[in-house]
Amino acid sequence: MFSHRFTRAALLAALMAGATQSAPAAVLQVGNGAEPGTLDPQKTNGVWETRITRALFERLVTYAADGSLAPGLAVSWTISDDGTTYTFQLRPAEWSDGTPITADDAVFALRRLLKPAIASHNANLYYPIKNARAVNTGEAEPSELGVSAPDDHTLVIQLDEPTAYFLQALAMTEAAPLPRHLVEKAGDEWTRPGTMVSSGAFTLREWRPQARIDLERNPHFHDADAVSLDGVTFYPIDDTGSALNRFRAGDLDISYSGVPASRFDWVTDNLGESLRVGPLVAEYFYMFNLRDGQPLADERVREALSLAVRREVITDRTLGMGQRASYWYVPRATEGGTHGSLKLAEQPVEQRLARAKRLMREAGYGPDNPLRVTLRYNTLEDHKKIAVAVAAMWKPLGVEVELINAEAAVHYATVNEGNFEIARYGMVATINDPYDFLNAYAEGGSAQRSTGYRNDAYDALVERSTRELDTERRAQLMTRAEQMLLDDHALLPLYDYVSAHLVAPEVKGWQTTAIDVHPLRYIQLKD
Amino acid sequence: MLIYTLKRLLQAIPTMLIVITISFFLMRIAPGGPFDGERALPPEIEANLMAAYHLDEPLPMQYLRYMGNLLQGDFGPSFKYKDFSVTELILQGFPVSLEIGGLAILLALLLGLPLGVIAALKRNSTVDYLVMGTALAGIAIPNFVIAPILALVFGVLLAWLPAGGWNGGALPNLVLPVIALSIQQIAYIARMMRASMIEVLGSHYIRTARAKGLAESQVIWRHALRPALLPVTSYLGPAVAGIITGSVVIEQIFGIPGIGRYFVQGALNRDYTLVMGTVVFYGALIVLMNLLVDLIYSALDPQIRHDD
Repeated sequence: MFSHRFTRAALLAALMAGATQSAPAAVLQVGNGAEPGTLDPQKTNGVWETRITRALFERLVTYAADGSLAPGLAVSWTISDDGTTYTFQLRPAEWSDGTPITADDAVFALRRLLKPAIASHNANLYYPIKNARAVNTGEAEPSELGVSAPDDHTLVIQLDEPTAYFLQALAMTEAAPLPRHLVEKAGDEWTRPGTMVSSGAFTLREWRPQARIDLERNPHFHDADAVSLDGVTFYPIDDTGSALNRFRAGDLDISYSGVPASRFDWVTDNLGESLRVGPLVAEYFYMFNLRDGQPLADERVREALSLAVRREVITDRTLGMGQRASYWYVPRATEGGTHGSLKLAEQPVEQRLARAKRLMREAGYGPDNPLRVTLRYNTLEDHKKIAVAVAAMWKPLGVEVELINAEAAVHYATVNEGNFEIARYGMVATINDPYDFLNAYAEGGSAQRSTGYRNDAYDALVERSTRELDTERRAQLMTRAEQMLLDDHALLPLYDYVSAHLVAPEVKGWQTTAIDVHPLRYIQLKD
Repeated sequence: MLIYTLKRLLQAIPTMLIVITISFFLMRIAPGGPFDGERALPPEIEANLMAAYHLDEPLPMQYLRYMGNLLQGDFGPSFKYKDFSVTELILQGFPVSLEIGGLAILLALLLGLPLGVIAALKRNSTVDYLVMGTALAGIAIPNFVIAPILALVFGVLLAWLPAGGWNGGALPNLVLPVIALSIQQIAYIARMMRASMIEVLGSHYIRTARAKGLAESQVIWRHALRPALLPVTSYLGPAVAGIITGSVVIEQIFGIPGIGRYFVQGALNRDYTLVMGTVVFYGALIVLMNLLVDLIYSALDPQIRHDD
């Protein structure tokens, strides 16, 4: 049976480790939020997956310990003056089976990423590459994609237009070069343990679904000498209470499963040195359905609702995990961030409430004609608490709120179809850049399609900001765009998310980062 | 007996077909799809995903495709766990669920049956009240309350046993989940055994046996126990099928790689193929278990014969 086979493998590995080293193997035990759906870096769709694929697959551009961009397989790169041609110089490096990593592997990977059959969730981040959208929709052959390898160590990527966030996109696991020699031979099974060949600091040794994933140090990694850990074991633990128990029992060095909100104070008091809380590039907000005929199509109503919500009460009393009350849309932790802000932030509460009441009267609502709205959220204790608090804050305006909760799949389907009045939404950045957030409300973006927001001036600003390569000018453009969205009261921001992880004191080299990446190659285990 | 078994298995085929068909269409009627997530996908990406899993085809076509693959033993790829087929997921997880569930049932029988018999023999005594009171508590307290308490007390505070994890099925890792899973079963079986034992002990043939002057132990062992086991046996059929297919609560709290979670997560994720796989698997197990129960019945009670 599987269990026996596994025990034997573990025993063998332990014996081999003992034979080559005198010190006990430094294997990091990580509680990973959930079972990965895939280890194919182009098919991933969650942090619990990319946490593993990032350790397995080195990208052209990678993350430093603090989450900033650093050279990966590419030692250097140049960007043409018009911002559309990227030329990468690749370092000499090898796959974990000793085969050289060439620019051809990078070309192969990007072509594969955009094939419709791969159905990559994040393929649209690479649409700036010439012909990428056409390839992804089956209108062009993968060979027509704007990527080429003039020699083994040079990679050229041709874009249609300058794209400010493009390097960030290349740091994602989707863009990692893939072992062409293996993928073409093994097909869909290439990610299996024993078959997979990798380029990152670690290789895949064992994968028992729902039980554990074992990685071991990759001696062929280009910076192998600097990697301290001998291996990493990931346990899929989705229950926050169990994760906390197992961390306390000493089974886990790191827990990424979160901390139960009800135990947060206890954890702060008793495990304070292990608790690592940091701001994330992620925003919690309420979406308004802005379509004609909807109650929230009236801007006065939206402003009134926004004025009446005291965000600090929610972050400090309802949540209390260090979340930051938000009067903006793009989270403050975002790199190259924006500075737009709701103008109501500085006003005293009484003044805000008075104005809100006046706006509601102007919009035609009053004691005889109260505003009745539905507020939807996906079933979760925290969402419910917040919705109840917000509904209570709207009560002085005479607003009658009907709370509707549904399981996640139903909630998002309903929201994505535009079938709501007010809906809870959480936006988490895929890249550390305001683009994700701003683009969502631009024409064709996810939030735009859900809410029906239309503002040509906004769309134009977002598009200009995407093409602008000068950091300062781009920040100004994006700030103007964000301000426009906020002035329209297109949404009701509530707070910036935080990450809350448990990291044992023996774990060194681990940093909180705004996009929640913690590269394993820099981590050490020391008593 | 053999003919009876074959006949029953043949009869199971239309039953399974109905179960599969109803589940297939019910699953599709549920609002929300496998790719509805926090981030609404761009239309191009969603179209690619739908095409990759043939969800862009008309529903009857998808149904025929599914049935065709099923006939070849192919449950299809999981939408969520993309690197494994549904067959692989079930085959890897089931031995684990079977091990935990089997041990829990064994423990439940070893404790539940004697406790029920003792309570019945000492009816309305302190022992009886104690056993039945505890059993009532065992039924009333759900395992999502018991399991975390067990993990906290024995795993963290006392540190006698692992707080969770599978560790390849090592004995210390089995103890807490098996206990947590069996508590309710012990309680059910003890209560059922007590009730049927009391009924049997009050019947005429037991009075006759006693009148013949048989020793009390002989009365119980030779005449009362077998008929008293019948209700427990018919309860065990579906109960065993339910327990050896895992418990999502126990698996999540103790980190056990069984298949119980697939029933719940599959449905929540709208992982159509995974849901169908678990339904087919569970349905087949129920059919088998019920057949087994009927065969055991005829062994326990000579009046029931399956020789056509």
